[in-house]
Amino acid sequence: MASTNQDRGAERWAPALGGAALVVGAGLLWQATRGRPRGRSVGPQSTVVEEAVAIERPAAELYGFWRDLQRLPSVIPQLRSVEVLDDRRSRWIAEGPHSYRVEWIAEIINDIPNELIAWRTIQQSDVASAGYVQFKPAIGGRGTHVRASFRCEVPGGAAGSAVAWAFGDQPAQAIREGLRRFKQLMETGEIATTAGQPRGAQ
Amino acid sequence: MKALVWHATDDVRVERVPDPQILNPRDAIVKVTSTAICGSDLHLLDGFIPTMQAGDILGHEFMGEVMEVGSKNHKLRVGDRVVVPFTIACGQCFFCQRQLWSACDNSNPNAKMVEELYGYSGSGLFGYSHMMGGYAGGQAQYVRVPFADVGPMKVPDSLSDEQVLFLSDIFPTGYMAAENCDIQPGDTVAVWGCGPVGQFAIASALLLGAEQVIAIDSVPERLRMAARHRGVVTIDFQNEDVFDRLKQLTAGRGPDACIEAVGLEAHGATLDAYYDRVKTAIYMATDRPTALRQAIHACRKGGVVSIPGVYGGFLDKMPFGAAFGKGLTFKMGQTHVMKYLRPLLQRIEHGDIDPSFVITHRLPLDEAPAAYRLFRDNKDECVKVVLKPH
Repeated sequence: MASTNQDRGAERWAPALGGAALVVGAGLLWQATRGRPRGRSVGPQSTVVEEAVAIERPAAELYGFWRDLQRLPSVIPQLRSVEVLDDRRSRWIAEGPHSYRVEWIAEIINDIPNELIAWRTIQQSDVASAGYVQFKPAIGGRGTHVRASFRCEVPGGAAGSAVAWAFGDQPAQAIREGLRRFKQLMETGEIATTAGQPRGAQ
Repeated sequence: MKALVWHATDDVRVERVPDPQILNPRDAIVKVTSTAICGSDLHLLDGFIPTMQAGDILGHEFMGEVMEVGSKNHKLRVGDRVVVPFTIACGQCFFCQRQLWSACDNSNPNAKMVEELYGYSGSGLFGYSHMMGGYAGGQAQYVRVPFADVGPMKVPDSLSDEQVLFLSDIFPTGYMAAENCDIQPGDTVAVWGCGPVGQFAIASALLLGAEQVIAIDSVPERLRMAARHRGVVTIDFQNEDVFDRLKQLTAGRGPDACIEAVGLEAHGATLDAYYDRVKTAIYMATDRPTALRQAIHACRKGGVVSIPGVYGGFLDKMPFGAAFGKGLTFKMGQTHVMKYLRPLLQRIEHGDIDPSFVITHRLPLDEAPAAYRLFRDNKDECVKVVLKPH
C-alpha cells in the first residue's frame, strides 16, 4: 500500500539541503522507514490522511461495495453501524472501548458511478470530516487502484476522546488497515483471521 | 486435542488445548495423520524468531484427513487425504496469480508487523510467529487450514504418508533451491548444509541434470546420507578447507551454483564464525551468515547463489564486493509450494525419488519435546523426525 502526503515530499528533498537540514532529513527518513504516523496535522485538532491500495477486481465491483454504505462496518471494525437515511444522507456510529460512542451524519457531495464517492459531515455531527474514495482501473489489466482521502476535525471533550479511542493515534494506520480488509474481502471473499483458534496455556 | 505448544526459548510442551473450528468460509479442519519437525522449527526453539508468544502451537509440515469444510469451500470433501503446504495463499491476489504463492497479499492477518520490518508482507505461515500470521500449527491432532480450497492437495492412497508428507515443505524447498540455479549440462552445484532441505536440494540438483553435486557439512551421518546419491562428493568443513577443495573439484573455476541450505544459525570453524556467535549472543546482530559468506566467496564468476536457508533480520560483514566483482545472481525466499506440488507428486509416482529417505526417527507426538532436542543437538544420528499425533 502506498501513502502519499505533503510531508513525504519534504523528506525526499531534505537530504539535498546539507548541514543541519541533512540531519533533520535523516531523522524524517528514519521516521518514514519506521512507519511512523503519516497523518498530517493541519491544525491543532485536524488530520489529513491519504492511502492507496491495488485490488485485483474491476472498479465497478469495488465502487458497488463502497456505495452500499451499510456494508462498510464489515471492513472498518471501528464502525458499529451505517444507516442510510436517503439518497445522499447516512447516519454513522463508531464505538470504542468503554462504550464511547460518536455519531455523525454524512452527506454524499459527489458520486460518479464506478469512479468516485465524496462526502462530508453535516453540521449537527460530533465530528467534522470530509473525504473521498476513488476507483481507477490500472494499466495492463492489473485490477483497480483505490485511493482513500480523509480529513477530520477532531473536537475536544468526550467526543474527541471517543474518536481517539476508536481510531487510535495513527489515523493513517486505521485507514490502511481498513483498505487492507476491503482488499481481502473483495479479492478472496473473506477477511484473514486467527480469532477463535486454539492455543496453549500462557 | 493434544498439541505441541511453545512457551519460551528451549521450552516446548505437549498440552491439551481446545479443538480447532472453522473460522472462515473457505477453511477446512484436518485430522493430522503425520507431521514433521523442520530445521526452521529449531530457530523457534532457540529463540531466533521474534513475535512468538507463550501458548503458540507449532508445526508447518503436516498432512491428514479432511474432517470438516467451510460453507464456501467447494474443492475439498470430508474424508479427502491431503498434504498441506506450509505457506497459506488466497489464490486470487496479484502474487498468487503469478505463482508467487509465498508472497500472497491476503493471508497474513498481521501483515502490518512485517511491513514495519520488510516494507511489504509475504503470506501467512502455519505455526511460525505472530509476524507471520500467528496461525496455529500442525504439530497437533487437528488443525484449521485457511484458504483450504487453494493449498491442500489430494494424494493417492497408493502412496504412504512418509512418501508424500515432505511435499508440504522440504521437498519443494530443496527443489526450488535447485531450480533457482538454472542448471545446465556439465554444471557443478555446491550445497552448504546437509540437513533435510540440503538433502532435497542435492537430490533435486541431480534430478535437474547437474553433473556433479558437492555436499558440505560436518555431521558424518548427514554427509553419508548425501553420498548415497550417485554423482555426489562430500566435504567435511571441520577437517578440510572448503574453498580449496571446491577449486580442486572444478578445475579452478568454482561451482556454477552455490546453494546455502543452512540459514541464520550457521556453525563454522572459521574466525568469522566465532565473531558471529559473539555478536548474536550479545544481540549486536540477529543472524549468523557464515555459510552464506563462504558460498559467495566460492561461487564462480557469473554464477548463482541460491538461498533456501531461512534469514530473519540483519547480516553483518557480507562480502558484497565479491558478489559484485563476480557478477553473481542471488535467488532466495520462502518456497512457492503450490507451484511444485503436482510436478513433484508426479516425480514420486514415477519413482524418480522416494522422499522418505531422509527419515531417521518416527515418534508419537507426546515425545515431540525430546525429539526437538534430539534434532537440534544432532544426537542419535537424527536427520528428520516424523511425529504421529494419533
